[in-house]
Amino acid sequence: MTTTLRQIWLIARRSIIRTFRQPGVFIPPLTFPLMLMAVNSNGLRAATHLPGFPTHSFLAFFLPFSFMQGALFASGIAGTDFARDIDTGFLNRLALTPVRDSALLLGQIGGALGIGAVQAVLYLTVGLVAGVHIDTGVPGAILILVLALLIAVGFGTLGLWIALRTGSGEGVQSQFPLLFFVLFISSMNLPRNLIEVGWFRDLATINPTSYLIEALRSLVIEGWNGEALGLGFGFTFALIAGSMWLASRQLKVRMART
Amino acid sequence: MGAVDRFSYMSASRNSGRNNGIEVEGLVRKFKEIRAVDGIDLLIEPGEIYGFLGPNGAGKSTTVHMLTTLLPPTSGRATVAGFDIIREGPKVRASIGAALQETALDPFLSGREHLRLQSSLHGIRGETRKQLIGTLLARVGLTAAGDRKIRTYSGGMKRRLDLALALIHDPQILFLDEPTTGLDPQSRTALWEEVGRLAHDEGVTVFLTTQYLEEADVLADRVGIINHGKIVAEGTPAQLKAEIGKATVEVVPEQPDDRERLASLLSRFGAETAARPGACAVQLDGHGQLPDVIRALDEQNVRAAEINLHQPTLDDVFLAKTGHKLEGADDDA
Repeated sequence: MTTTLRQIWLIARRSIIRTFRQPGVFIPPLTFPLMLMAVNSNGLRAATHLPGFPTHSFLAFFLPFSFMQGALFASGIAGTDFARDIDTGFLNRLALTPVRDSALLLGQIGGALGIGAVQAVLYLTVGLVAGVHIDTGVPGAILILVLALLIAVGFGTLGLWIALRTGSGEGVQSQFPLLFFVLFISSMNLPRNLIEVGWFRDLATINPTSYLIEALRSLVIEGWNGEALGLGFGFTFALIAGSMWLASRQLKVRMART
Repeated sequence: MGAVDRFSYMSASRNSGRNNGIEVEGLVRKFKEIRAVDGIDLLIEPGEIYGFLGPNGAGKSTTVHMLTTLLPPTSGRATVAGFDIIREGPKVRASIGAALQETALDPFLSGREHLRLQSSLHGIRGETRKQLIGTLLARVGLTAAGDRKIRTYSGGMKRRLDLALALIHDPQILFLDEPTTGLDPQSRTALWEEVGRLAHDEGVTVFLTTQYLEEADVLADRVGIINHGKIVAEGTPAQLKAEIGKATVEVVPEQPDDRERLASLLSRFGAETAARPGACAVQLDGHGQLPDVIRALDEQNVRAAEINLHQPTLDDVFLAKTGHKLEGADDDA
């Protein structure tokens, strides 16, 4: 194993251990999206009767939103934990070792990735047990898990950037509602072509998170849709690249070691 | 020794492979318009314990952060273990251990897990790492608590673990930023003993910042006093106390009405100095000692309720050099 990979693994392991030793941190992100999924799939079931609605199961339609919600929670966890490291001086402790900046960032999102993996498997399992049929079969289910993890990495890195910008857990928490707002003005509850309010449809169209949801959704209810997957993976990689660039720049400011 | 000469000396020592000193010349760190560290010069010899004294906000921690490469200086230069802090950051970090002011520990990891992470990041592996961790835990008295989560540790245990973490890669120079703040006397003494042992038995250079004058007095070979970002005094504790001069005699008169007469009498023995309310004090200037003061009181029939002879301390040095006591000095900083 190269030095950088080993360093990433060491930081990631610590991040995963500390996350899973805080039940108050990792249980709500697991349960809250499931509760919302249960409530919405029943409460909004009538939406499936709309002409043009792509499926008869609102649960199947809504399932991908749980992955997005989980990714946002993962972002909050990664950001808050990193902010705590900055606040307590743990980042300085790491900065005094030969750890590389890249290893520090990639390792720190290990916790988010760990919880993202547990979430993705749980949501998918619950969906399958509740009767959701994955149109793309086992390969599609695997791709759903891969995309869900990549989205968790993207939002997790965004959380690290916010932590590095603000340097406090409170700062990270204050940004959290904004991320949720962005998620809620997407196509999470209705396909974009069925949104009748013009300004909302426009916002959902320019909102990249719509495409992340639609890529996941396409694998569940549409079968193989190259365009949806291309846009979904494209925006996910763009999110990862952008947030990684922002976080790397901010890390150099925050960790100004010579 | 001039600055250039001093740096030549450091280079020579480094080439001989024995340099674990610290050289600082004109080091400045500005935060916007505030000069937190304002052109300090230091020369710390290998194996020395250097006490860096000052109130909160004086520039101690900023200096430590610069010397440990965590903060680039605005100007000036410094070498640590023979390596330039600006151009050779990674080499400096490989040579130093640091226990910084914040006890930067993860409450959800155990002591042993901290040591494992830190040692692994320094490239120590396998059986060597396992033995090293066991040795360090034993050395700081945490063998039994090694597998407990940090959130169950007391303040003293955290400080001891912090020291063990700083020592994990066998550094030549140790930076301890207020290592005993908040510790009970017993833990403080234990930490002093360990730091003293490191310096005197293992030749580790120790740069110690503290707000506790007693700590500097007991532990440090030499002391530097920093105030408002500038070094205002430097020397061995004995030298600094000798600079201040003689002892102080403080007398509390039995009758408060005698205070003025007492002050006049004491002024024959030295200059008046700060005293407790109701008391008079003078710093003895060599025109008499305590017995002479007592004789004079007797002759003038001034009855004393209390007489104290006060030898100079670093507190007096601090007062003389900065114009205020260390406690509460941060109000002015």
